[in-house]
Amino acid sequence: MKTFGNPTRATLAALALATLTGPALAQQGLDEPFQKPFKEALAGKTVAYVPVAMNFDLTEGWYAGLKKELEPFGVKFVIRDANWNTNAGAQAVTSLISEKPAVIVVHNPDVQTYAKLLQRAENEGIYVIQINMGSAYRSSAFVGANWVEIGERQTEGVVKACEGKSNKIAIIQGALSAAASAYTLKGVENVLAKHPEIKVVSSQAADWDAAKAKAITQTVLKQNPDLCGIVGFWDGMDIGTAAAVKEAGLTGKVFLATSGGGERKGACELVKSGAFDLNMSYDVPTQAAQMAGTIKWLLSSGAKPGSIKGSEYTTLIPITKENADSPMSCWNLSDLKK
Amino acid sequence: MKRFRFNQQEIVFAVFALLFLVFSIFLNGFLTAENMLTLLQNVAVLGILGLAMAIVVIGRGIDISLIAALAVPPGLALQMVQNGHSLPFSLLIAVLLTIAFGLVNGWLIAYAEVPSLFATLATGLLLAGLGQAALFQLDVVQWSPGMDGFERLGQGTVLGVPTSIWMFAIACIVVAFLLRQTRWGAYIYAIGDNPYAARVTGIPSRPIIVLQYVITALIGCFAGLVLAASVNSMPTRIFNSTLIYDVILVVVLGGIGLSGGRGGVLNVIIGTLLIGTMLNGMTIMDISYAGQNLIKGVVLLLAVITDSFLNPRNEETAQQGDI
Repeated sequence: MKTFGNPTRATLAALALATLTGPALAQQGLDEPFQKPFKEALAGKTVAYVPVAMNFDLTEGWYAGLKKELEPFGVKFVIRDANWNTNAGAQAVTSLISEKPAVIVVHNPDVQTYAKLLQRAENEGIYVIQINMGSAYRSSAFVGANWVEIGERQTEGVVKACEGKSNKIAIIQGALSAAASAYTLKGVENVLAKHPEIKVVSSQAADWDAAKAKAITQTVLKQNPDLCGIVGFWDGMDIGTAAAVKEAGLTGKVFLATSGGGERKGACELVKSGAFDLNMSYDVPTQAAQMAGTIKWLLSSGAKPGSIKGSEYTTLIPITKENADSPMSCWNLSDLKK
Repeated sequence: MKRFRFNQQEIVFAVFALLFLVFSIFLNGFLTAENMLTLLQNVAVLGILGLAMAIVVIGRGIDISLIAALAVPPGLALQMVQNGHSLPFSLLIAVLLTIAFGLVNGWLIAYAEVPSLFATLATGLLLAGLGQAALFQLDVVQWSPGMDGFERLGQGTVLGVPTSIWMFAIACIVVAFLLRQTRWGAYIYAIGDNPYAARVTGIPSRPIIVLQYVITALIGCFAGLVLAASVNSMPTRIFNSTLIYDVILVVVLGGIGLSGGRGGVLNVIIGTLLIGTMLNGMTIMDISYAGQNLIKGVVLLLAVITDSFLNPRNEETAQQGDI
């Protein structure tokens, strides 16, 4: 009030300003200078998507999310399904390099196979975004879960549940060749190193296969009926682990921690039913939205592919009984596809 | 013929007995009633598949598409229930699909005379591809509330024995009856022993071959339903797994010669028991995955070598494409 000592004068000044500028704003719009180049940068561009396979919640979710975000801007979205075949995937990336899309979104089957190809793609002027499974080559962007963190947080949950109990735990790994499985195991080891009282009675690979996970868990539970926790590496496989725990009548006594993409039927429903006690979710729709955002940013930035590199690790959602009912914890594939 | 000579069934049984004895003595917690039931439960589905495979192998064929029959029709049933159809209707459609699939296999092998190995390799891919492309939303078809009650097919116990072991027992009895007590069973052995002689003696060999593949597919579908009930979902990607080799391992290990006409349900049971004992013992010992595969591979190799010594190929009737 010190500058405008006289309130009437201040009001007058404001009114005068309003009469000067007001009509101008009302009569012609002001062009936002950046939206046109943004639209031009996206329209007609091709984004290619190479998942390890379609037909499972993660890759279907990413596909639906990207499509929804990018197609309205006139981006052509193409898919090259490797269908669990590493060679087919490498061939798809190779042929994409010669087709020159603007962006390749790639889901690596392992750390090495695509690494050289992805480097070549960026040298040829194609942005490469890696999703959930990185390769040895660091490309423009990595969007995905931090597997080591997943392993750590799952194991912390199990260790906590084991307090005052037998301290015997089992580990159901995925496929030995998968880096996601090895990274998760590293996280498990990190936590176990701090807890020497915990005894691992079994650590076996079930090959992402529910039936194998069930067989292993059954045998382990018969040998160690006082087992207090299990660290499983994927909810799609740990349906079998949970079935074995349930059959042994130990639901609620054996703490089962797992991880996955947070699809409602595969995650929240199973946490609610008591099959899983903890499901670390890397929320697929958020990952899809982050990828789409990164693609928009890269295309509109005009940066030379390979000249800038960064990572976006996913913020994990721990799904437990407390939040399994919340509509924010999980997602429905059918909704995402709409 | 009084020479000191074992047949394969006896050798495998001796190996099984020895392994069982060693595990019982040296492996803590192996020889308990509960672990024995777990052992059997873990291989029940494999055993049922072994029975299915045994029927075609006795008839001098092989069915590589068995895992597709295990995965796709039960997966379809689960998917249909998820989409709101009733359970009986969904099961009916699944069974009809299985029969149609068996008929295609049988027709290709019996009438179009495509070697069974190639015919079923192709049809298995076809059915699995159809499932993936058109029938399922996701690779893992989840259980839905409409299926409640059906999980008893693979979970829980009857008289203290897990249901899946009962299912294996029932399948054993049905297949044993078919093979030993019916005329069709006798025809299957005759065709497997010498297809040309069988045809000359007036056995309707083509319809019998079709029948074999239909029954095999139906048993495969049954195994799939037990599997789905036991893990509360149908992981249809199981088609890409190495399960089919385990099934062949059970059959060959049990002593059913790949050249046909020999063996029966007892062989499948012995082969299943040996695999079950191996897997259970290796899990208790916490042997690494690679180590387990190595051991399984060596055992299969030994079984195949023994098979070719004990059941030499019949040079008069062998033809290209036979295995």
